[in-house]
Amino acid sequence: MIYRETGQYKSNYGADEQIFPIRQDRIGVMIILALAYLVVPFIGNDYWFSAILIPFLVLSLAAIGLNLLTGYAGQLSLGSAGFMAVGAFAAYNFMLRIEGMPFLLGFILAGLSAAAVGIVFGLPSLRVKGFYLAAATLASQFFIEWVLTKFPWFTNYSASGVITAQKMVLFGYAFDTPVSRYVLTLVIVTLLALVAKNLVRTRTGRDWMAIRDMDVAAEVIGIPMLKTKLLAFAISSFYLGVAGALWAYCYLGTVEPQAFELTRSFQLLFIIIIGGMGTIVGAFFGAAFIVFFPIFLNLFTSTVFAGQLDPGMLSHLEQFVFGSLIIFFLIVEPLGLARLWQLGKQKLRLWPFPH
Amino acid sequence: MSVQGNSILTVNNIEVIYNRVILVLKGVSLDVPEGKIVALLGANGAGKTTTLKAVSNLLRAERGDVTKGSIEFRGKRVDKMTPPELVKQGVVQVMEGRRCFSHLTVEENLLTGAYTRKVGRAEIKRDLERVYAYFLPLKQRRNSQAGYTSGGEQQMMAIGRALMAQPAMILLDEPSMGLAPQLVEEIFEIVRDLNQKEKVSFLLAEQNTNVALRFADFGYILENGRVVMDGKAADLAANEDVKEFYLGISSGARKSFRDAKHYRRRKRWLA
Amino acid sequence: MLFFIEVLIGGLLAGVMYSLVALGFVLIYKASGVLNFAQGSMVLFAALSFVSILAMGVPFWLALLLTLAIMVLLGVVIEKVVLRPLVNQPQITLFMATIGLSILIEALGQMIWGSQVHGLDLGINDIPFNFYGVFISQFDLFAAGCAAVLVAGLSLFFHKTKIGRALRAVADDHQAAMSVGIPLKHVWTVVWAAAGFVALVAGLLWGSRLGVQFALTLVVLKALPVLILGGFTSVPGAIVGGLIIGATEKLAEVFIGPYFGGGIENWFPYALALVFLLIRPDGLFGEKHIERV
Repeated sequence: MIYRETGQYKSNYGADEQIFPIRQDRIGVMIILALAYLVVPFIGNDYWFSAILIPFLVLSLAAIGLNLLTGYAGQLSLGSAGFMAVGAFAAYNFMLRIEGMPFLLGFILAGLSAAAVGIVFGLPSLRVKGFYLAAATLASQFFIEWVLTKFPWFTNYSASGVITAQKMVLFGYAFDTPVSRYVLTLVIVTLLALVAKNLVRTRTGRDWMAIRDMDVAAEVIGIPMLKTKLLAFAISSFYLGVAGALWAYCYLGTVEPQAFELTRSFQLLFIIIIGGMGTIVGAFFGAAFIVFFPIFLNLFTSTVFAGQLDPGMLSHLEQFVFGSLIIFFLIVEPLGLARLWQLGKQKLRLWPFPH
Repeated sequence: MSVQGNSILTVNNIEVIYNRVILVLKGVSLDVPEGKIVALLGANGAGKTTTLKAVSNLLRAERGDVTKGSIEFRGKRVDKMTPPELVKQGVVQVMEGRRCFSHLTVEENLLTGAYTRKVGRAEIKRDLERVYAYFLPLKQRRNSQAGYTSGGEQQMMAIGRALMAQPAMILLDEPSMGLAPQLVEEIFEIVRDLNQKEKVSFLLAEQNTNVALRFADFGYILENGRVVMDGKAADLAANEDVKEFYLGISSGARKSFRDAKHYRRRKRWLA
Repeated sequence: MLFFIEVLIGGLLAGVMYSLVALGFVLIYKASGVLNFAQGSMVLFAALSFVSILAMGVPFWLALLLTLAIMVLLGVVIEKVVLRPLVNQPQITLFMATIGLSILIEALGQMIWGSQVHGLDLGINDIPFNFYGVFISQFDLFAAGCAAVLVAGLSLFFHKTKIGRALRAVADDHQAAMSVGIPLKHVWTVVWAAAGFVALVAGLLWGSRLGVQFALTLVVLKALPVLILGGFTSVPGAIVGGLIIGATEKLAEVFIGPYFGGGIENWFPYALALVFLLIRPDGLFGEKHIERV
C-alpha cells in the first residue's frame, strides 16, 4: 500500500520523462542524497571516509562504467582495471606537465584519454563476440600494465614506479582532509551516476540494449554497429578513467600500475553481477557488498577464531567464504541484488495481497 | 467435462507462480484421453506454454513453481519428477521455437532423442529409419548442420527427436510457428499419422485455432491462466463464441467492441 | 640458425604445456558453453593433493589413483552445488560462478594441504639430448606425448560416443537437452570429472616444472590466448593453438623483446591471438557461431 503509484497522474511530457517517475522513488532518492550530503560528513570519522566510503563510491562509479559496457551493451570486458589505470596516470601526467591545470579538468582529460584507449581496444568487438571478446579484452589489461611499467615517462621516471598524486586545489580551497575528499568524490559520483541513469533511457541506451539482446537483429533494424559499440566502449572507459583518477587522487594518494591489476577487473565484474547487470542502482549495491563484506568477514573470523587459527589459515578461510558467497548469490538471485530490490518493490505494491 | 475412455494425462487444478510473485496459471485442469489429440488454445500469454512446461517439469529452470494441484500420468503423480525421468516414463516435450542443437548434424540431433533408451545400436538405427520415413526431407539433410536447415526442417527434426525416445505422449508447443500454411498442414498431417499409427497421444498448444481444431479430438481454451471452455473439437469449432473470437467468423451483424468485451468477461466465469 | 631452431623447438614444446591446460577449458566449454575460469585452480588443487598424498608415504600409483578420485569427487560436488542450481542461466552468470569457484578451490586446497611450495619429481630425466646438434628436453617430449594421447582420447569421446553427443547438445541448449531427456546431472558430472583428470595431468607436468605452488593458477592466463587462437570448442585447436603461441612467443621474446626492454610475454600471445581472431572470429578450429534472425 505504501509503495503504489496509483493516483500519480502525469499531465505533461516533463512529468512523464522524469528520471524517477514514481513519487516514492523520488522521495527515497532525496532522502539518501540528503543523508549522504548533510548527515554523513558530520557524523563520519576519518577511518570511515578514507577506508570505506571513498573506495565504495569510486568502485560504484567504476562499476557503473563497466555496467554500461557489459550490462547494457552486452560486451563482456575483463580489462576494465586497465582503463582505470589509464585514467589515473593520464590525470597525473596532465597535471604534472601542464602548468596550472585545474584538477577537475585533469579528471575530465583523464576520462577522455581512457575513452580514446577504450575505443582502440573496442575495435575487436566488431568482429569478435562473447568469451572470445572477453579473453581478447585481457590483452588491453596486460598491455596497459606493461606500457605503464616499461616506459618510465608515464611515472615521471620515479624509481619505484609509484606516482604521488598532486594536491587538489579549487578556488584556493585544498581538498586535503578525508571529509573534503569524500564530499568531492560524492559530488562527482552523484553527477555521473545521474548522467548514466539518464543515458541508458535515451536512444543510445536503447541501441546498446538492442545490441546486447541480439546484435544481428539490431543491425537489421538499422542500428549502426560500429558507432554504437565503440560509443559504448568510449563512454564506459570514460567512467572507468574518471574512477581511476579518483582512486589515485581521492583514495590512495600514491599509486603504482599494480593497483590496477587483473583482480581489480574481476572485482568490478563481481560488483555488477552481484549488484545486477544492466542496472545503475545495482552498481551501488554490488560495491557496498564488495567493500563491506570483507570487513565484516574479517571482524567475524578474527573474533570467533581469534588465536585458534594462524593468520594464513584465517585468510584462506575468508577467501573460501568469499568464494562460496559469490556462488551462493548467483544461485539465489542470478540477476543480482537489484533484481531482489525490484521484486521487493513489486511485493510492496501488491501488499497485503500475495499476488 | 466428460471424457470417455481412460485418460493418459490428468492435470488437476494446478497453479503456477513465477519468481514467487507472478501468478500465471490460476487453477487449470485438463484431461488427455489415451490415444487422442488434445489442443490447448488461447491467445499469447494465456498460459499454454506454461501448462505444457508444468507437465514436462521444465518450469523449474525458469524459476517457475507448481504451487497447487497435481499432475498424473497414467494414474501416477509426476509433478516432482525431473524431465529425464519423465522422458523415461514416456512424456516428451517438443519446445516452442524448435530449439534444435544447432552445432550438431540433423542425424545427431535425432540421436540425442534416444539418450534415455538402453537399447542396442541396431534398434536405434531402425527407429532412425522410421523417423526418416515420416519426415522424408530430413533424410537428405542428415549430415548437414542443424543450424543451417530451414524452419520446416527444424520443426520436423524437433518432432522426430522426440519420437526417438519412443514416447507414449508428446507435448507439442506451437508447431505452426513461423511456417508457411502448406507446411503447417503437412506437419499436422504427420502428427495425425503418428497419432494413428504409432498410438502417440498429443497435447498440443497452438495459436492457429483453425488448424488445431480440425486435427484435434478435444480442445481446451485458456484465457488469462484459466480454462474458459472445453469440449469436443468439432463442438468447439461450431461454437458461436469460438467462431467470433478465435476463428474470426462473425455470425450475423457486426457487434460493437463494447459488446465483445462484455461477452468475454461473462464467458470467463463459465468454467 | 641452429639457435633459431632450438628456440623454435623449445617454444613448440612449451606451447604443448599450455595446450594441456587449454584442453581442460575446451572440455567444459564444449559441454556447457562456459569458460571455466576455475581450471587453473583445479590444476593447482590436483598437483597439491598429489604431492601431499605422496608426502604421506603413499606409493606413486596409489597416490595418482587417490588424487584422481579426489578430482572426480570435486567434479561431482561442483555439479551438485554450483551447476545444477544454475541451469538455464546466462553464460556470464556461469562464468562468474567459475571465478567464484576458482577463489574457493584455491582457498580450499591451501587450507587442506598448506600453502608452502612443494617440489615434485616425476622421475623423468630432464637432461636435454642432442638431436643433430639441437638440444631437446626429454621432459618436454614426454609432456608432448601426454598431450597427444589426451587429444586423441578426447576427440574420440566427443564425436563417437553417445555421451559425447549429449555433451555437445547440452552446450547448444540446456533446456532443449533436458526436454529430450538428457540428464544434465550425469553429463556435467562426467565432464567435470574429466576436466579434473586433465587438470591432474597438467598439474603433474606443470608442477614438476615450476614446483607446486600458488603460481600454478596463473597458467590459466597462458592458456587463454591458446584457446582463442584455436577456438574454445576444438580439441585439436587447443594443440595447434598451443604450438603457434608457444613458438611465436619464444621467438618474439628472444628476437623482438630486447627492443622493448623485454617482458612482452604477458601480452604478446594475446595480441597474436587477436590478429588471428580478426580473420577467424571463432578461432582457427572453433565451431562457427550460427546466428539467425
